[in-house]
Amino acid sequence: MTSTQIPKLVGEPIRRREDPRLITGLSTYVDDLKLPGMLHMSIVRSTHGHARLRNVDVSRARAREGVSLVMTGTEAKAWGEMLPTAAPLGNSATRYPLSDGVVRFVGEGIAAVVAGDRYTARDASELIDVDYEDLPVVVDALKAMEPGASLLHPDFKTNVCVTVPVGDKEATEAGFRDADVTIKQWMVNHRLIPNPMEPRGVVAHFDPGQETLTVWSSTQVPHLLKWLLSGLVRLPEHKVRVIAPEVGGGFGCKIDVYAEDILCSLASIHLGKPVKWIEERTENFMATIHGRDIHAEIELAARSDGRLLAQRMNVIADIGAYQQLLTAAIPTLTSLMFPGVYKVPALYAEVTEVYTNKTPTDAYRGAGRPEATYFIERAMDLLAHKLNMDPVEIRRRNFIEKDAFPYQTATGMAYDSGDYEPALELALEKAGYDDLRREQEELRKQGRYLGIGVSTYVEICGIGPSAMVPGGGWEGGSVRVERTGKVTVLTGTSPHGQGGETAFSQIVAEELGVPMDDVTVLHGDTSQVPFGVGTFGSRAIAIGGTAIVMSVEKVKEKAKKFAGLMLEASPDDLVYESGRIFVPGHEDKGVTIQEVANAAWGGTVLPPDTEPGLEATSYFEPSNCTFPFGAHVCVVEIDRDTGKVELKKYISVDDCGNVINPMIVEGQVHGGLAQGIGQALMEEAVYDTDGQLLTGSFMDYNLPKAEQLPSFELYRTTTPTPVNPLGAKGVGEAGTIGATPAVVNAVVDALKPFGVDHVDMMLRPEKLWRIMQGGTQ
Amino acid sequence: MAKQTVSFSLNGAPVSLEVDTRLLLVHLLREELSLTGTHIGCDTSQCGACTVFMDGASVKSCTVFGLQADGCSILTIEGLKQDGELHPLQEAFWNEHGLQCGYCTPGMIMSAYGLLNENSDPSETEIREGLRGNFCRCTGYHNIVKAVQSAAATMRGK
Repeated sequence: MTSTQIPKLVGEPIRRREDPRLITGLSTYVDDLKLPGMLHMSIVRSTHGHARLRNVDVSRARAREGVSLVMTGTEAKAWGEMLPTAAPLGNSATRYPLSDGVVRFVGEGIAAVVAGDRYTARDASELIDVDYEDLPVVVDALKAMEPGASLLHPDFKTNVCVTVPVGDKEATEAGFRDADVTIKQWMVNHRLIPNPMEPRGVVAHFDPGQETLTVWSSTQVPHLLKWLLSGLVRLPEHKVRVIAPEVGGGFGCKIDVYAEDILCSLASIHLGKPVKWIEERTENFMATIHGRDIHAEIELAARSDGRLLAQRMNVIADIGAYQQLLTAAIPTLTSLMFPGVYKVPALYAEVTEVYTNKTPTDAYRGAGRPEATYFIERAMDLLAHKLNMDPVEIRRRNFIEKDAFPYQTATGMAYDSGDYEPALELALEKAGYDDLRREQEELRKQGRYLGIGVSTYVEICGIGPSAMVPGGGWEGGSVRVERTGKVTVLTGTSPHGQGGETAFSQIVAEELGVPMDDVTVLHGDTSQVPFGVGTFGSRAIAIGGTAIVMSVEKVKEKAKKFAGLMLEASPDDLVYESGRIFVPGHEDKGVTIQEVANAAWGGTVLPPDTEPGLEATSYFEPSNCTFPFGAHVCVVEIDRDTGKVELKKYISVDDCGNVINPMIVEGQVHGGLAQGIGQALMEEAVYDTDGQLLTGSFMDYNLPKAEQLPSFELYRTTTPTPVNPLGAKGVGEAGTIGATPAVVNAVVDALKPFGVDHVDMMLRPEKLWRIMQGGTQ
Repeated sequence: MAKQTVSFSLNGAPVSLEVDTRLLLVHLLREELSLTGTHIGCDTSQCGACTVFMDGASVKSCTVFGLQADGCSILTIEGLKQDGELHPLQEAFWNEHGLQCGYCTPGMIMSAYGLLNENSDPSETEIREGLRGNFCRCTGYHNIVKAVQSAAATMRGK
């Protein structure tokens, strides 16, 4: 028997195997689940930014027909634990899933109503009367730091959560003393709302007979959720199963453990029935974590030729009212990437995290790297402006050279590999940079304002070594060749739109030499996949994929032992090629992996010291993160009469190392660009001074629409990482990271004739129009 | 709650059932008829995840009462595939990688279906404007536009 020739799969733009169920409406998201006897939960949320709860009267709701349970802070506190934080820092403030007396942001849960259907639950929640005693509100981090500011957590006697110093203060001061030129700028990196198209959702089912809790949650981290949730609802971990079914996007906001995961579980344990909670979009705006809101005064010191000597940062992060799972870790993650792609001999930063009466922040696409990249890329343009140098030239002069890798940064990172200049040169060539500069000159004479923005970035992917990731940075992967030769792959990652089922199948099918259709990939169910961490920080391929490759290797080695017995040869003399095992020179006598699998599970052919079966499980602990990079060029024109920014061209060159499926990689970049452009031009979470979220729905929060975006031009360079055997770095965040500074640099470049060298985001037309009228920002 | 009977054609087959008068069409489809391919992405009629094709136009089923469907003909994502063959729009979204998490996809496809029903050869600008009522957070719309262009070409060729 000969096996069919397996075409090359890794590196090919194979269309996704996830798609048939998604394009026909046959996939199952949390809200699509319907269990017998299932009840529905609705949450009453604070409408005040900061208040003491004088009284929460639930009597009318409890009396409402169809209502099974009403929980307040009293029950939440008696039945469960506080929300977890995996990386607490400084004055760590967390909370119960329902307020225990004080609400600190609009959207904080006060009561939960469980009823027979969602309409009744919602009606009953409106029968709950909350008597608020208002407390002073503070929504601005700088004001929250002032003496006499209203305190969110009075026990700490300050709103400052923590101040973390990074780098070498003395060396940095020396760099500034030696400088020919310095720049200094306060920059806003405003608050965003992640908004995956599927809001969060939970179905919890406690089986009173088995005493087991099964929780379907729209999460990126089912295994972490299982581990943490068991403690939070006071059940032993082996009695809890978490399933992430089809998940409609995450962008970081579904890494958390949320109040509703706990409340649904507590309600189900209490009632012995399944309980469903589906987040409404308006709830999502205020009850799911926000991103960014990290601001900085950045200073650069350089020689007259533009070469950097030192970088100094004073960073203020507005983290909102509480610490959630990773809240405090995001601004410190930012600090690691402050120097970007440049040789910065000395750096010193202080990162201060501050509580305010706003929704807590946490990981949102890029989580720290977009902020760091924005600050340094904007600052490099300021330095170029001051030196009257082209922004491209200042970058070329300061790039870390390609032979300097692995490169140790002033913030303690060891960049794995890189070759920054070719990526920039490719972007410039594709954009026609020199012609664009000439066109800009011509148009300015006509009173038209073209802007050309360049950004170069490096970021952190393949996150990462366990020392860096609270909860573990490894990932698990199992490969089982079934008795019929079909292959089942288990991954601890939890894909939610990335196409992991396709990419992992490509890898396994090629490595094992079996048809791709013979491989199935299971994920997201903690009872199927014993251990895992999850999908975030572009770690799925780099770490999860490596764990799978390790298991494939083990399976192949074991297959050779069985084949040795079957072919009467020493396993050491055998070769595994395209799904067949044979002695070189005797290909015709070989056995297929399918034949070996049948024998291995049959148990009658058993090599010495070998167990029956053909499967392996591996856990990969990476030695380092990976550091993808790239260069973006954005061309804009600003309407003189309206201030509206037209995106005329967008060139993105990204280097994410080796690529498994280029079609998927491009899709990741497209979506990332949209979110990065969104921050620069459209999206902003706005609070008023009472702590009301003014952008609390899609009517007010400008999520990018098809008509607001251009088509993108994408290119790649390839610099593999030495950190994992696939050489893959990761690409999930790249577009978001490179895009925001490229767009802002383009807009500021367009406005140069108006004497402007910096404009804070978000760049709404009114702001730009005022600048062009000669006014202030 | 007051109940009333609603009868309409759903994906080519007649349905008739008694529903709460305030029940939204999207909940009628999802909860009463178990057609969960039509999704809910917002509560203010912006995102378009719940788009279905009703009497010749794409509508947001979160903004329609179930009772308003009485006497109408409704097509949902589940009704697009005919005789085991994917609709050209479904095929094109697959081929062009016009989806990632898939949550907006049924609404996006039904909206594009309505668009191509009115304009068989839309320009890129017309496609982008035509889909302004459907949000996607994953794709940056780049491949969605390509998918609609490709499907339009296929459908014109038929």
